[in-house]
Amino acid sequence: MTPGRESAGIMGDRVVFWEHLFRSAAVICGLLTLAIFCFLCVLGLPLLQDGHLLSLLSSPWAPARGLYGIFPMLLASILLALLSLALGFPVSLGCSLLITALAPRRLRMLLIGMIRLMAGIPTVVYSFAALFLLVPLMRTLIGRGSGLSLLTAAPVLALLIVPTMVIFFVAGFEKVNRAHLLALDALGGSRVQKIIHILLPGARPVLINGTLLGFGRAMGDTMVSLMLAGNSTAVPSSLADSARTLPAHIALVMASDFDSLEFTSIFACGLLLYLVTGLLMLLMRLPGRSPDNES
Amino acid sequence: MTGQRKITEITVTWFCWLSGLLLLAALVILVGYLIRRGGPVLGLSLLFGDTPPLDALLLRKHVFDGLYPALAGTLLLVIGAMVLAIPLGIASGIYMAEYAGGRTKAVFSLLFDILAGIPSIVVGLAGLSITIFLHRIFGERIMPCLLISCLALAYLVLPYLIRTTQVALESIDPVIRKTAPALGASRLQNIGHVLLPHSLPAIIGGIILATGRCAEDTAVIMLTGAVASAGIPRSLLDQYEALPFYIYYISAQYTSPDELATGFGAALLLLLLCSALLVLALVLQRRLTIFLLYR
Repeated sequence: MTPGRESAGIMGDRVVFWEHLFRSAAVICGLLTLAIFCFLCVLGLPLLQDGHLLSLLSSPWAPARGLYGIFPMLLASILLALLSLALGFPVSLGCSLLITALAPRRLRMLLIGMIRLMAGIPTVVYSFAALFLLVPLMRTLIGRGSGLSLLTAAPVLALLIVPTMVIFFVAGFEKVNRAHLLALDALGGSRVQKIIHILLPGARPVLINGTLLGFGRAMGDTMVSLMLAGNSTAVPSSLADSARTLPAHIALVMASDFDSLEFTSIFACGLLLYLVTGLLMLLMRLPGRSPDNES
Repeated sequence: MTGQRKITEITVTWFCWLSGLLLLAALVILVGYLIRRGGPVLGLSLLFGDTPPLDALLLRKHVFDGLYPALAGTLLLVIGAMVLAIPLGIASGIYMAEYAGGRTKAVFSLLFDILAGIPSIVVGLAGLSITIFLHRIFGERIMPCLLISCLALAYLVLPYLIRTTQVALESIDPVIRKTAPALGASRLQNIGHVLLPHSLPAIIGGIILATGRCAEDTAVIMLTGAVASAGIPRSLLDQYEALPFYIYYISAQYTSPDELATGFGAALLLLLLCSALLVLALVLQRRLTIFLLYR
C-alpha cells in the first residue's frame, strides 16, 4: 500500500484518478492489439465462412477462374524469409562476435554506431538504391527476365534484418555469465576459445530468439519484396523466379473493388501475417528462452 | 591437436572480421551511391521547383515540380501521429513500470510484443478496414485520408513509446527510486517529481526514434491515403503526399531522367532526415539497444 492511497480526501482521489488513467491507457493499447485481429477476422469472414480456409492456403491465385488462393504468396514469403536468414544469420553472428569479443574498444564503438545507423535507414531507401545497383547486376547474372527475383530481394532483406539481429545478439552476449569469462581469462584462454566455449553455448537461447525475430521481420517486410522480387503471382519454381510475398500482395490488390472476393482475400493474408507474428512471440517465450537463465 | 586449434582460431577470427567488413562495405556502397546520384540535385530547387520558396511556404502558390508537398505531408503525418501516440504510450509505459505486476504484466507484455511485431502492412490494412467501416456508416465523405494515416502510424509506434518509457523507468537506480517514498511521498508524487524527470532524456530519445519510424514507413501510408500528387492537404480528411511514398512511386513510374534524379534526391533527403533523428536520439540516450529491436 502506498501512503497516498491510505490518506482519504482530495489527495486520495487524485491518486486513484491517475492510477486509473494509467491503467486504462494500458488496457486501451492491449485491446487495440486484439482489435486488429478482430477487424481482420470480420472482414476476411466471407472467405473463411464458406469453408474455403484450406483451399485458400493451397490453391493458386487466378481471379479470372474464381480462384483466390494465396499459396504462391505464402510460399514466396517463407522462401524469401528463409533465404534472407541464411544470408543474414552468419553475418549477424560474425559481426556480433566481432563487437563482443574481437574488436578493440574504439572499433567496437564505431561498429555499434554503424549498426544503429543501419537499423535507422528507411526500408524504401534500401530498396530504391538496390533497384538501380543490384537489379541490373542480377539481370546479367541470371541471364533472363527483368532481374527482379527472390534472389535479388534476399540480400537486401538480409541487410535489413542484420542490424536487428546483431543488436539482439550483442545484448545477449553481454548477459552471459561474467564469472565464466573471468575464469577463462585467468586460465589463459584465447579470445576465440572464449567465443567457442563460453559465448556461443551460453547465449544459445538468445541466438534462437534473435533468429526468430529476424524471421518475423523478414516475413513482414513490404517494401523490399514489393520493389525487388518482381510480384509475379505464379508459384515460384526456382529462386531466380519473380515472386510475390504476402505483404506485397496486400499492397497490390488494394486498388480493386471493396466488396469483391479478391479484396477479401487480402484480409486473409493480413490475418496470416498476424498469426505468424503472434506465434513467433509465443515461441520466443518458451521456458528456458530467457537470457537471464544462463547463470 | 595444436594445429587443428590454430586452424579453428584463424577461421573464426577471419569469419568475424569478414562479416564486419561485408556489412561496412554494404553500407558504404549504399550510402555512397545515394550521395553520388542524389547529392547533385540537393538544394532549394529540389524542394520548390520553379516556385519561389516564400510563396510556397505561405501556401500562396502550388509546387508542382518539387518535393515540398511530400515533405510537408510527411511532417504533418509525423506531428499528427505523435500527438496521438505520445500520451497513450507514455501513460501505458508508466503503468507497466510502476503499477502492473505478476500475471497482468506478463499478459500486457505479450500483447505489446505482438503489437510491436505486427508487420506495418497489416497495420495499414487495419487502417484501411477502419476506413471501410466509417465509409459504410458516414457515406462517401470518408475516404483514405491524412487522419486515418495518422491513427494507423500512431498505432504503429505505440509499442516503442510504451517500451521506452517502461525501460527508462525500470532502469532507474533503486536508491533514487526509494528516496522520495522514504520521505513520505506517495507513489504518484514519486512518479511525477522524481521518476519521470529523471528518465526524461531516455523517454525523449524514444520519442525521437518513434518519429523516425513514422517518417520512414511506407506500407502503412500507401494503404491509408498517400497519393502521388495531391499538394498540401487542406484538412485532415484530405489525401496527401509523403516522402517515402514518393520514392516508391518514382521507382515504379518514372518517365524521365529528371524525375529519377528527383527520386534520388528524395531518397537522400529521407535518409538524412532519419539519420539526423537517430543521431539526435543517440546523443540524448545511450542505452537504446532495446528500442531498435522493435522496428
